[in-house]
Amino acid sequence: MKWLLVAIIAICNTLGDVLNTAGMKRQGEVQDLRPQTLAWMVRRAVVNPYVIAGIAAMAVSFFALLSLLSIANVSFAVPATAASYLLETLLAKYVLGEDVRTRRWAAATLVAAGVVLLQF
Amino acid sequence: MNANGNRKTQLLVLLVVVSNVLGNVSLSHGMQQVGRIVSASPFDYLKAFTNPWTAAGICILAIWMLCDLALLSRADLSFVLPVTASAYVLVALFGRILLHEHISWLRWLGIVLITGGVVLAEETPTRTTKGPPEHLI
Repeated sequence: MKWLLVAIIAICNTLGDVLNTAGMKRQGEVQDLRPQTLAWMVRRAVVNPYVIAGIAAMAVSFFALLSLLSIANVSFAVPATAASYLLETLLAKYVLGEDVRTRRWAAATLVAAGVVLLQF
Repeated sequence: MNANGNRKTQLLVLLVVVSNVLGNVSLSHGMQQVGRIVSASPFDYLKAFTNPWTAAGICILAIWMLCDLALLSRADLSFVLPVTASAYVLVALFGRILLHEHISWLRWLGIVLITGGVVLAEETPTRTTKGPPEHLI
């Protein structure tokens, strides 16, 4: 049960981030944080299929995390969290077409290793 | 992106990190008071939402979601991920300073590695794509 929840959290989190990024890039840059700008962003996001799918994936991941937190220590989700940093960077490069070079790979790897070490 | 645009992106990074830390700490505290829930039905979770820490955590995480979407509209995912990992460092330091938690040398090493990752990612441009990813349209 615990490991199933961990897998659901990792996969849905990755899908959610990639879909949200693709969706938000489609609807254009948010220029400021005034309430009317955020309302405009939300109005466009709720009819944006990528963002709808992305938020649905994050909602599943969120409920799985609530379940996991109620039966296990947070550290249980750590291996999946660490792996998802590398997986998401890979998808950012090959699916979203971002320019991922040595620095960003090194950054993602350092963060993934650091997240694992934080549990000791 | 010009300097002003970069400042806006960095402000969003700050908001995302702070709301993430406050939201998760509050939610985690609330769920520990509520106790064990494993269910496929969302209704079983509604009871948990009556706990004030859980409710506050969810409200703050809703703000986090909006800031995260705004940030992802402006910056690369491969930039946002390592940079917002500074939330882990904040949680560890809060625990050390406010709750006087012990931090082992391996955890200190983890903090140093994540900070290194944040600094490295900060040295890359915030956005490297123009418009939406073409093959996804």
